[in-house]
Amino acid sequence: MGLTFAQKVLARSAGLSSVEIGQIVTVHPRHLLTHDNTAAIIGKIGEELEQYGIADPDQPVIVLDHISPARDTASAEAHRRVREFIARFDLRHFFDIGEGICHQVMLERGLAPPGEIVVGSDSHTCTYGAVGAFATGIDRTEAAALLLTGETWLKVPPTIKVLLSGSLPAWVTAKDLVLKLIGLIGADGASYQAVEYHGDIDKLGIDERITISNMGVEMGAKIAVFPVDDLTLDFLKKTGCSRTESQLIWADSDATYERVVDFGLDEVEPVVALPGAVDDVVCAGRVSGTKVDQVLIGTCTNGRLSDLQAAADILKGRHIADTVRLLVLPSSRGVFEAAIADGTISDLSIAGAVILPPGCGPCLGAHMGVLAPGEVCLSTANRNFKGRMGTPEAQIYLGSPLTAATTALTGVITDPREVVEPAAMDRLRSGGER
Amino acid sequence: MKVWRYGDNVNTDQLFPGKHTYTCSTSEEILPHLLEDLDPSFASSVKPGDVIVAGKNFGCGSSREQPALGLKAAGLAGIVAESFARIFYRAAINQGLVLVELPEAVAAWRESDEITIEPAAGVIHVGDRSFQVPPLPEMLLSIRDAGGLLPAVRARLEIERRTENHD
Repeated sequence: MGLTFAQKVLARSAGLSSVEIGQIVTVHPRHLLTHDNTAAIIGKIGEELEQYGIADPDQPVIVLDHISPARDTASAEAHRRVREFIARFDLRHFFDIGEGICHQVMLERGLAPPGEIVVGSDSHTCTYGAVGAFATGIDRTEAAALLLTGETWLKVPPTIKVLLSGSLPAWVTAKDLVLKLIGLIGADGASYQAVEYHGDIDKLGIDERITISNMGVEMGAKIAVFPVDDLTLDFLKKTGCSRTESQLIWADSDATYERVVDFGLDEVEPVVALPGAVDDVVCAGRVSGTKVDQVLIGTCTNGRLSDLQAAADILKGRHIADTVRLLVLPSSRGVFEAAIADGTISDLSIAGAVILPPGCGPCLGAHMGVLAPGEVCLSTANRNFKGRMGTPEAQIYLGSPLTAATTALTGVITDPREVVEPAAMDRLRSGGER
Repeated sequence: MKVWRYGDNVNTDQLFPGKHTYTCSTSEEILPHLLEDLDPSFASSVKPGDVIVAGKNFGCGSSREQPALGLKAAGLAGIVAESFARIFYRAAINQGLVLVELPEAVAAWRESDEITIEPAAGVIHVGDRSFQVPPLPEMLLSIRDAGGLLPAVRARLEIERRTENHD
């Protein structure tokens, strides 16, 4: 009987010849990601760190991104404690403020190798499934234990196979695809389970796969993984991630699945998630005309170069509505610099956007760009929970960068097909990592 | 004891708003904000021995552990839900917080029913009805019973250190 990706990776990592679904195994993850919460994590184990040191100094990757740059004295002190910790234990994988959102940094720096286990004290660690890593989120206490022991336990999950077929129509993006899929599967539909993407994945660029894997946790998934193909190998080469045996791990064709979901790409339309729940997904047209106070384009979900280019292609030579604020949040320094070099940033700025430094801040209401009670935001982020952007009395819709850009242009939620120019779409379809 | 009844998909932003995530880490800092955007009356009136009863996917969303840490510190006897989101589930085990994943027990609860959980015996009493709780795997049980992951890790490291010293 064939094996799933999760079974193969977990058996290999645990040093076992095979593992059963539901079995609990002890593993030594290749990397442990922590971010601003490193300060709280090391605060739990100050004495133990002095006594026992760090179990595997090559394992931790630390990125300051959530409140970046520091918001107030408390966050500045937290950052300082993290920098002192890095120096004290001479850790090599440290990225200070401005380098980018942790998940983008992990990918760009080749720290999420395919076929290997990466855990992170952030729920969107599942993002690295886009390049074939077994990547999943854990809590701070577990991250603290990992610093001391290098090990943790994982339960071998059952797997949902999502079989993609066809290709996305014009005006439709990977964000629409994954929102529609989450609407179909439900916010807990993949709980405790792995999600494997199969089928016509060659139609999806790396940036698009990253958006899709990033949102895996919004359907409850432990991992959301794509197979490694030539596109992945090109991407990995650029990031300095050397070729290894583990890159070749993928599910057997006769693996046993909990469920197979057939998903046609041709039928996807521009959609939005309604405020309060990521799985409450409707066609953008159904809420078109809804007045919006703020639009956020960026984050670890949609802050890559192709996302910013898509927005700029719509906004270039135009100006956003005077009733709306547009925030642009590139996902890394690399993305930011590339978007400066090709004119994307100036196009967006001239159109009225406020460009924020790479980081997480407004997405979770932690820093910059928070909302006032009663305000409405359309965001390209991954969560629209009540209170997410600072106040429970604000409303957050989720959509694609195209929907966000057209909404910024009109000041009301707008299906991008109503205003987008064909030339812009042509460039989008051939752009990014595609 | 009081039973706090909530619905499906209670997420971590409702349990503990993101804006406090990087300034509140200790139980004293967390407690005043617990469930702030879900039930503003919770933090000021929760008592040790209280129980939360919820629908499916409790604790979905972020990996922030403050909800689990805070609810344990508040003395909550446990959370009974139809299902839990996986990171919250791990976080609760890692804090030694008792979770009961049992849709039958949720369905059985009626207003004014008391709930008693006996983790060691694997039994939950809802009003005058009792249910068997599916046992936790051994590794998770050992973490919960040590009072959480860090006490378990400290004990393990101490044993390893002593063993090395005797070699």
